[in-house]
Amino acid sequence: MSTVEAEVRVSEEAAGAATPTVRIRPSRGWISLDLKQLWEYRELLFFLTWREIKVRYKQTVLGAAWAILQPLFTMLVFTLFFGRLAKMPSDGIPYSVFSLAALTPWTFFSNGLNQSANSLVGSANLLQKVYFPRLAIPISAVLSGLVDFLLALALLGGLMLVEGIVPGRNVIWLPFFVALGFATALGVGLWLAAMNVQYRDIRYTIPFLTQFWMFATPIAYPSSLLPQPWRTLYGVNPMAGVVEGFRWALLDAKTAPGPMILVSTAIALLVLISGAYYFRRMERTFADIV
Amino acid sequence: MSQFAVRVRGIGKQYHIGALQHNGARFRYKAFRDVLAEAATWPWRALRSRFSGGNGDAPESDATFWALRDLSFDIYQGDILGVIGRNGAGKSTLLKILSRITEPTEGEAELYGRVGSLLEVGTGFHPELTGRDNIYLNGSILGMRKAEIRRAFDEIVAFAEIEKFLDTPVKRYSSGMFMRLAFSVAAHLNPEILLIDEVLAVGDTQFQDKCLGKMGEVARSGRTVFFVSHNMSAVRMLCTKAMLLENGRMTAFGDVEAVTTRYLSSIPSHHGREGGAQQYASADGSVRVRSVRVEDAQGRCLPVFSSSQPIYVVFELDIEKPTADLCIGFDLRSPNGGTLLRSYHNDLPREAWPPVQAGRNVLVCTLPAGLLNGGQYLLSLRISEHFKRWLIHTDDVVSFHVVLDHGESPFWAAIDHNSRPGAIAPIFEWRAH
Repeated sequence: MSTVEAEVRVSEEAAGAATPTVRIRPSRGWISLDLKQLWEYRELLFFLTWREIKVRYKQTVLGAAWAILQPLFTMLVFTLFFGRLAKMPSDGIPYSVFSLAALTPWTFFSNGLNQSANSLVGSANLLQKVYFPRLAIPISAVLSGLVDFLLALALLGGLMLVEGIVPGRNVIWLPFFVALGFATALGVGLWLAAMNVQYRDIRYTIPFLTQFWMFATPIAYPSSLLPQPWRTLYGVNPMAGVVEGFRWALLDAKTAPGPMILVSTAIALLVLISGAYYFRRMERTFADIV
Repeated sequence: MSQFAVRVRGIGKQYHIGALQHNGARFRYKAFRDVLAEAATWPWRALRSRFSGGNGDAPESDATFWALRDLSFDIYQGDILGVIGRNGAGKSTLLKILSRITEPTEGEAELYGRVGSLLEVGTGFHPELTGRDNIYLNGSILGMRKAEIRRAFDEIVAFAEIEKFLDTPVKRYSSGMFMRLAFSVAAHLNPEILLIDEVLAVGDTQFQDKCLGKMGEVARSGRTVFFVSHNMSAVRMLCTKAMLLENGRMTAFGDVEAVTTRYLSSIPSHHGREGGAQQYASADGSVRVRSVRVEDAQGRCLPVFSSSQPIYVVFELDIEKPTADLCIGFDLRSPNGGTLLRSYHNDLPREAWPPVQAGRNVLVCTLPAGLLNGGQYLLSLRISEHFKRWLIHTDDVVSFHVVLDHGESPFWAAIDHNSRPGAIAPIFEWRAH
């Protein structure tokens, strides 16, 4: 080993010794996230996101209206069955607004999760033909959902106007809850995307996962149904925190989520960071097995 | 003093056989039950590998295969390296490792300078987006900065000759326009080290020439280029160094003329039973080529044939179930990369087709006497379901030489007695009116 190194050093000097821009060697075990490189490729991240957004509603008749229709119809169904028929309590807020305020971040989350989990398999060609930080693919998949989210948010704003609900000061916390939803979607998306490359079973589990998760999240019902400390513990599902956070920030719901948010944030970060490391670890095999 | 651009030391890449059978029917993605089984035994395996010092992730029992092994070489700035070799020799694997798409299993490589790789034209193009959008998208995927793309934009459009269709979705483009645009974006990539794989194998001849011209320009601009190609004349024209890969190992490196000559002479004059090597089969196994050989009238497999005698191309192949649209044929190519002709067993009217049955078939194609020029010829297999898909589409699998001796005129023989100008040398009738 030492003789080889010595040889290399000598020949480098002979050639006017420059440091290599890139050093390629097999990696082992866990590797760093290399966020610096991801930052260098931010323009690509932008273009990939932009592509997703531009392409999403091409050759559809209703176009971007789909972004609104999805939460709108779910809200109508919920309002009819859970609100009118089952008389589900809604923290003193009109049930339609109550459920739409939850469906807006939820739709962003479930679409982001779905898109990012399938993103690598859908970009197999890119993975096999070009080099760039692979993290850009699932990140852009979730990012591209933000436009749909903003449209849905406008719908929610419209409904709030109709119902005469004006958000209070808590609304400044809204971006935080959006970020929390983003982190959760990306965190789970990273795990699933990386596993999906190797195990195509994942693709079939995603619809079940989001469906179960939806009912495990206080969308059709308020989390205030649960007594403490169970309500705080409910925050283990980060989307419970996001949804309740949205209601609190926008609708001034009297049932402030409080410590539940802390639990949700901790879990979301845990999922995101572990997901990113798992993704990086599996990354080296993507091109070979996708 | 010239500086290193790329240094490679002992690079090797090992694949698990399973992962290679992408097109094979038997390929199976890892399923959850495998994972569960693995997870259950993980603590034990992890423990064992810790003590034995091995890699717990790679069970030795798996069938593996080295796509590349023990590769070491130095490339200096401004070198244009032609990488040649037959299908599966490891050329693409080498480029994939150098462009960091896949990791080597062993060894190390150092790259001095920004790397741009072009393993395919049009990667990341989206059919729904306009030409303009795709220029930006594809440029950024290939590693260009937005400002760079903006600067090169007009040039890219002009080179591709698509000014009028800039705002048309590329799915409405003809395939020629699509290829032109895709190549044009790639050609304006401006890295210090450029890795190119077979990009020129696409498009019409005119466009290929244009691409070659652009490549020559790139070459003269002092950049370091890796150029994987089957086109020996392009390699001879453009490259300053060449590397021959055979079965994952480097068997020749250096002088372009010597390396390309060695490659051409390594192609056997028959293939199959006698050659022993691999057989060609379609992905679904419905067609298997047992052997391909070139024979004279006496059935001899010669390395050199005379142009005054017919030459017979003999296919021995197993067909599971012949379909109505099965086309069995070959391309006859010159070592310069050009295709001279393509012939299929069903080119003639239906009555004249040789019967093809389930099981073993032996088909013979006659190349008439007095057609071929002197020189070397290469033969690649072309077996397809007509206009649906390729069943077998290979590189050159057979090579043979022809000595020019069919002219009987005292003036006809070429000056050097080897060949006349032109790709072929038929003799036509001349009359006075």
